[in-house]
Amino acid sequence: MSTELVTMNIGPIHPSTHGVFRMRVTFDGETIIDAEPIIGYLHRGSEKLAEERTYTQVVTLTDRMDYTASMTNNQAYILSVEKLSGITPSERGVWLRMIASELQRIAAHSVAIGFLINDLGAWHTPLLYLLREREKILELFEMMCGARITNSYLRPGGVFMDAPDEFWPSLNRFLDEMPNRLDDIENLLTDNEIILARTQNVAILDKNDAINASITGPMLRASGVDWDLRHRNPYDYYEKISFRRPLGTVGDNNDRYLVRLHEIRESLKIVEQCLDLIEPGPVQPEEVPFLVRPPKGESYVPIEAPKGELGFYLVSDGGISPFRCHVRAPSLINLTLLRDMVIGYKIADLFVTFGSIDVNMGEVDR
Amino acid sequence: MFGIGLLKGLFTTLKNLLGPVFTVQYPNKKVGLIGALKFHKKSPLEFLRTQPNEFIKSLAGLHEVPEYPSQAPRFRGQDFNWFEDRCTGCASCAKYCPLGIIKIETTPGSRDEKEGSSYDIDVFDIDIGRCMFCGLCVEACPFDALHMGSGFERANEKRKGLVIPVDELRTAIKTPSTWFRPQMEDKNYKPKEKGAEIKDWHDVGRHEQPSDEELTEKWVNER
Amino acid sequence: MGPVRESFIFEFLYCHLSLEASCSSVRIINIAFIPESLSWISFSLTAFFWIFVFVNAALVGVLALIWGERRLIGKFQARLGPNRWGPLGLFTPVADAIKVMFKEDIEPTLSDKLIYVLAPILMVVPVFMIFPIIPYGAKTFLTNISVGVVFVLAITSINSLSVLMAGWASGNRFAIIGGIRAVAMLLSYEIPMGISAAGVVIVAGSLSLSGVVDSQVIPNAIFQPLGFITFLIASTAELNRSPFDITEAESELVAGYMTDYSSMKFGLFYLGEFMATIASSAIIVTFYFSGWRGPSFIPSEIWFLAKWIGVIAIFIWFRATFPRLRIDQIMSLAWKGLFELSLINVLVLALMIAIWPDPTGMQLLLMTAINWIVFLASVYIFGKILSPNLTGNKIKKRSVIYGLD
Repeated sequence: MSTELVTMNIGPIHPSTHGVFRMRVTFDGETIIDAEPIIGYLHRGSEKLAEERTYTQVVTLTDRMDYTASMTNNQAYILSVEKLSGITPSERGVWLRMIASELQRIAAHSVAIGFLINDLGAWHTPLLYLLREREKILELFEMMCGARITNSYLRPGGVFMDAPDEFWPSLNRFLDEMPNRLDDIENLLTDNEIILARTQNVAILDKNDAINASITGPMLRASGVDWDLRHRNPYDYYEKISFRRPLGTVGDNNDRYLVRLHEIRESLKIVEQCLDLIEPGPVQPEEVPFLVRPPKGESYVPIEAPKGELGFYLVSDGGISPFRCHVRAPSLINLTLLRDMVIGYKIADLFVTFGSIDVNMGEVDR
Repeated sequence: MFGIGLLKGLFTTLKNLLGPVFTVQYPNKKVGLIGALKFHKKSPLEFLRTQPNEFIKSLAGLHEVPEYPSQAPRFRGQDFNWFEDRCTGCASCAKYCPLGIIKIETTPGSRDEKEGSSYDIDVFDIDIGRCMFCGLCVEACPFDALHMGSGFERANEKRKGLVIPVDELRTAIKTPSTWFRPQMEDKNYKPKEKGAEIKDWHDVGRHEQPSDEELTEKWVNER
Repeated sequence: MGPVRESFIFEFLYCHLSLEASCSSVRIINIAFIPESLSWISFSLTAFFWIFVFVNAALVGVLALIWGERRLIGKFQARLGPNRWGPLGLFTPVADAIKVMFKEDIEPTLSDKLIYVLAPILMVVPVFMIFPIIPYGAKTFLTNISVGVVFVLAITSINSLSVLMAGWASGNRFAIIGGIRAVAMLLSYEIPMGISAAGVVIVAGSLSLSGVVDSQVIPNAIFQPLGFITFLIASTAELNRSPFDITEAESELVAGYMTDYSSMKFGLFYLGEFMATIASSAIIVTFYFSGWRGPSFIPSEIWFLAKWIGVIAIFIWFRATFPRLRIDQIMSLAWKGLFELSLINVLVLALMIAIWPDPTGMQLLLMTAINWIVFLASVYIFGKILSPNLTGNKIKKRSVIYGLD
């Protein structure tokens, strides 16, 4: 019987490409022979735009890169600016931004898991349960900084304003409730035989491949590499915090899901520890000017963003705006292995694998 | 046993079926008679007498009562609040806007110049069609003249309608957000509460209003 | 008039039209005017009336189901579901229907025009044919054909043809993949479905649906759980509902075989699918929940309706909870799992009926107990031995390890 390969363009407009992403996929029946990712549909030139804005104004651009994790984007950028201009951040400001970024990690992982399960075909139920929890985090952010997604909360030297009084009881309530909600999610998803059958032993990413492709974040840890920048290369006050790093054993889609789920629990613990250690004080040192003017030089501070190692490479020529700004976007680099991961699997696995990589097109294209 | 996980999942969804609903029915929700009475705080007879049409509607569960999501005081709203008396026309906001969407034109002041030179504001247009509500303009304002608003219902059918002209800024009801205004937060100001409108420009300032003696001391005696 | 006159609702109307002699006992009011020699006229009038009623009832039922499904899934997901149009959002499906009707009807250039138009019609028409044969109450049914079970199985398998036609005629690659998946899946699940139904027939000793209902002293869902589970899973697959909705597979194939359909053609697919859900639920009620039977203080039609809504709610519950299976897993489940399980069910039932051809109450309870033991044992063995095979890899609950400091 003569058969024919079918080539299909999946995306840029497709329900499960998480934005505007296109894959040119060749199928043999249901089996994937080739998958070529094509990106660039959401390119906005953020890096170039940063070159003609002041250091404070660029913060607003970073919000819009990975729009599910604005706080960590702010954090990565601000750390780089602080290193560049030699600003010592105020203590309370750092604790606040650690709380904010850990909450953001919970929110981002919630989105990642929710949409992964949605790609598996669950009819939005786990997604909505998780978005319900994320909503609470966004409300906390709204209290902190007046915006839910595009926060622009951090400033060189700390944060722009202390969290209001009503923030702390709300945060405590959230920390009390969240573990129960996570148990619910685990009941719904972790033992579910359909999810196990769909995700286990699919798109296995080998440890060496992952390291060679410079994969970072939960995806790397799911492959069993103990690499978490909060632990390996502590920034802010992460040395003072103890937390565990969940690692996968096989490196398949199921491990990537599990690692994210357990990281949410660890993040909750980190926030609790931060709450114990935070002390009253100024949130931004007095001497930091509104218009930061760093000396000539360059800086790069990598942080552990929800999706992987995120860093802003900034070059200063002594002016009020960066001479060059480059973003090491984890989404883009994690996406590079998609082709190698999906070949030989079925059509349905393509979307699950894509979902398990957890990319954000805003960050891939910038 | 095979299938236990599936059953666990089924029970989780069942638990949530019986649990509370998280929907906020902005801008209004339809309620029956009980809900309507609870909202209006009226007895059934009174409700029937005052609003007979609505009474009949409420029997069918179609009476509409407004419902708004909770909103933090720092919420950066869509409308800007501007106090002309505080504004010196320095255009710091226009300079710090990352997108350059604030257009400000001034002429040298015809106002009382006792407190230092000031300018008349002829044009103060904010194009919120391109605004990303980062609030840097508010952060930059040295005299607390410009505030983020707390409203979010300024949708428009035309792009032109998305430009806030100076006249609207002058006449608008001012319920500023407390974004970057710690003095407002210290007063525990809640823009979404009833009667939160600010009429006096002195109320939003960073400092207490100086008395005449203090002014004389600072501006006359010290020099 | 023979067998048709068995139907009470048919006879009732017929007798109020026709002056036939045998009718006089049925009449309540003497308004009949058509002479006996022209009985074909009264027969046709009655038939048309009931066709009108059944078709419209099915359509209203679909509107109700669309509302109910969206509302119930909303509650499962801790939100409200439709609530804007009318009280509790009851008019939302009406608004949907109006919107669908007024959309532009697009015919893709690459489509095979005739088949493209025929496919949605073929989806809807067979489902209408199931409704008249279902016994809704002790006397409320339109016709009682003697091969009801076979008729149902035959009619429900037509829609796989419709799906294939739609997928092929669209000239779209998403659609053709959806169509081919549909044929593979629907044909595979016909077999466990048919064999499970055979279990029902063995117990009933009759192929007519009324006979099936009459035979169920203990509802079949309790009496033969294995058959019930296999039939439920197989009919979920037949209905293309989650977790077997690979033919539509929103996250993979956009909308599968109906990607290119718009306007009322899409509306017909939608209609056909929801109507099939209603019809299938009615069949499950008849086969496994003892149809209209129930304590007689409530009318039998109400019993039937309550069970009917219950079964539909189970389908909606499944949809709200389960993710989708992959095509190879679905095929393995049909051939390596459900096929054997339904065979075991039929074998056990046949043996027991051979031993106790006319069971008494105690014997029935004993048979139920044996069936449950067989059910639990076979599902356990199926889980242990077949599940690794089922998915092509060994699945095992797993946890994470933690990095060392």
